[in-house]
Formats: sequence, C-alpha cells, structure tokens
Amino acid sequence: MVSTQLNSKQIIAARVAKEMKDGDVVNLGIGLPTMVPSFLPPSVNVILQSENGYIGLGPLDGEVDPDLVNAGGQPASILPGGAFFDSLFSFELIRGGHVDVTVLGGLEVDAEGNLANWMVPGKMVPGMGGAMDLVTGAKKVIVAMEHTAKNGSSKILEQCRLPLTGKGVVDLIVTELAVFRVTDEGLVLEELQDGIDLKTVQEKTEASFKINQAILEN
Amino acid sequence: MDKIISKEEVSSIFKDGMSVMAGGFMGVGTPQGLVSAILEAEVKDITLIVNDTAFIESGVGPLISNGRVKKVIASHIGTNPETGRQMLAGELDVELVPQGTLAERVRAGGSGLGGVLTPTGVGTVVEEGKEKITVDGREFLLEKPLRAEVALLKAYKADKAGNLIYHRSARNFNPLMALAADLVIVQVEQVVEIGEIDPDEVMTPGILVDKIFVQGGCC
Repeated sequence: MVSTQLNSKQIIAARVAKEMKDGDVVNLGIGLPTMVPSFLPPSVNVILQSENGYIGLGPLDGEVDPDLVNAGGQPASILPGGAFFDSLFSFELIRGGHVDVTVLGGLEVDAEGNLANWMVPGKMVPGMGGAMDLVTGAKKVIVAMEHTAKNGSSKILEQCRLPLTGKGVVDLIVTELAVFRVTDEGLVLEELQDGIDLKTVQEKTEASFKINQAILEN
Repeated sequence: MDKIISKEEVSSIFKDGMSVMAGGFMGVGTPQGLVSAILEAEVKDITLIVNDTAFIESGVGPLISNGRVKKVIASHIGTNPETGRQMLAGELDVELVPQGTLAERVRAGGSGLGGVLTPTGVGTVVEEGKEKITVDGREFLLEKPLRAEVALLKAYKADKAGNLIYHRSARNFNPLMALAADLVIVQVEQVVEIGEIDPDEVMTPGILVDKIFVQGGCC
C-alpha cells in the first residue's frame, strides 16, 4: 500500500491534490500546502498564484534571481505564460473570486467552518499576511493540517478558541486521518484515509460530525 | 528639473517622528540604500507602513532592530523576531492589517478615496473599532486611507523624468505607494535618458516620482 510509504504530511498533500482540476488557479500557503503540486497527476495542470505579485509560480529553475521569490520569500521561478503585477492587483485576484482554490495550514478549525491560523495570543503573533483575504475571497478553501496538535489534542473543534482568520470560510478539511466537508449542518466525515478506522477519527476529533453513508456501509 | 539625488541629500530629508512607507515583500523590492540613509540620518520615532518587517538585518528590518520605529503598520512581522519582541515589551506599537486591506488602504490614500469596503476581517479581531456597513445583505468593514510623508520605492530602471520599470516580484507595493506620499523617493539600479523607456512599458509615471537615488552612484 502506497500510504505506508508516505508520512503524514505527504498523505495530506496527496489527498488535497485530488481536489484540483485542470486549469484551476491555486494559491498555496507556506509549508505543507506547497507539497501539493508534486502529487498532481500529469493530466492536471494548475496555475499557481503567488500573493506577492504573479501567476505562473514555478519551482526554482537554474539561477537564483533575487527579485523573484515565492510568498515565503524563497527563490522561485515564473513559468511560460505567467505574469507579474503589483500587490493591489494580486489581492484583487484573491478577494475578487479569481482564485479557484486556496490551501492553508490550520491551528484550529471548527464545525462552523471557522479557521484560526494566524496567532496565539501572547506567544506567536506573526500577523495574518494574506491569509484573511485568501479565505475570504478564494472560491474554495481547503485546510490541510495534521489532525492533532503536538500534545495530541484535537485541532478540529466544536468552536475555535484562538483568534479567527476567517468566519465560516472553510470548505474542506484534509488531515492524515480523514477528510471532512463543512456544510450548513456542520461537519460531515467524507472519507477515512487508507488504513484508518472510524473509531480513531472519533477519538481524535473534538467536534461532533455526521458520517457519510458510504463510510457507515463499509 | 533634476530629480537625481545623492545619499547625503536623501539623509537630510528625514526628520524625527516622520511617517514613512516603503515597498518590499520580505525585503524583495525594498530600497536598501534608502533604508540605510534613514539609519545614517539618526532619526527616530518613525511611523513605518510596510507589508512586512522583513528580517533583522535586511529589508526595512534594520529600522526596527535599531530602535528607529515608534509604530509599524504591516500585514506580517513573523520573519523579524525583533518586531515581536519590541511589541510584547511595549516598546513598539504594531497595527496588523490583512495584506489585501493594506494594499487597498494605500490605494485609497493615494487615489482620493475616503476608504474602502472590504469583507476581509469580518468576524475576526480585525473588525474591532471599525464601522461595519451592510451592502446588499453582505457585511463589509470600512477601512480608512493610509498616507505617509515619504514613500521609499525600489525600481529596476528609471529615466531622468522618473518613469519607472520594476523587475519581477520586486514590484509588489511600490506602484501603490508612489501615489500615497507627499514626497516620493525611488532607488533604482540604472537610470537612462528621457525617451529611452517606451511609454508603453512605464509602470509608474514620472510625475509621481520626486527624487531618484541611483544605487552605486550616477552618471
């Protein structure tokens, strides 16, 4: 089984990749989300938007150009057909619904689709950067994160406790254990990752959720 | 009108308590020579408007690390631990603004608007103290304009009239800030004669640029 060879982050990235459609304009958050493109099948080409001002973001290819970095400040490239623009236009694209999918990490997500990922009061206050605009404006918001925090506590909560990045903005939660869809009636467990049983997910998820019929019948 | 200015002349412009906006995204597109001109000018209590506070030793970061800034308005401060340290110690006032909202506020400041209505931040701490306006059933925050006394830009190339061309992702906030300050100073890598830049390729028109600082010296 392939999944036994993948670590948690790779399992998550591989599952998120299945959400992408050929031609989608996609903005990826820093960290785990940047692993998604390597799991896309050859038939799916997405166009990556970089919040610092271009579409056609590609991996570093050849020489480093100090004027060309990704949203994490790392050296990058622009692919043929790409375009540069200023920060105003970049966020017109983001807020204006011209980005099909954004994938972000999360500290907490809750049953109402609220996301917290930008600060821990008194400890970590890096700022929201472009995250609040992305979750507000992108057509589909996918949170890609490990199911539990380092101390083992659930990151999928009945209600977020940390300051929010966006209210009612999340569409899909992908973890190494499961995939949840956020609906008007709360969370629905759509899939279990390979080799994961329902009981494990129930134990490690604080939020209540409905279960897709297909899982119950399995 | 000769817009080209030396580093000494740049340094003489800055005053204590000044508001300064500077282009750049993690230091890319930040005029490093103009930042060091502020440091050499020994001014303090600056209000700094930037996307992010970059790193301790690069971008606008040295202004923070050297204690020249009283207040910073930015979307991200995480890559410069000194910003967070000064903020938590009560030495630095930090206003965090979502990046798209920051861009729109600078645009509003530069384009004669009284503010913008954005859905970004509704239902979060960003909405605290702001007027909420409902348009066709959807809530928006009224975000007010931002201007500064001085804008510090980085462009790749200028002609002597100040027409600018930016390079790659170093464009970011620079074109917006060119409209939003009383005095606009640009640092460029090269300067050419008027007429040598095709008008179709101009990204920021020279009428917005007051002073040109050529890195490595000019002419």
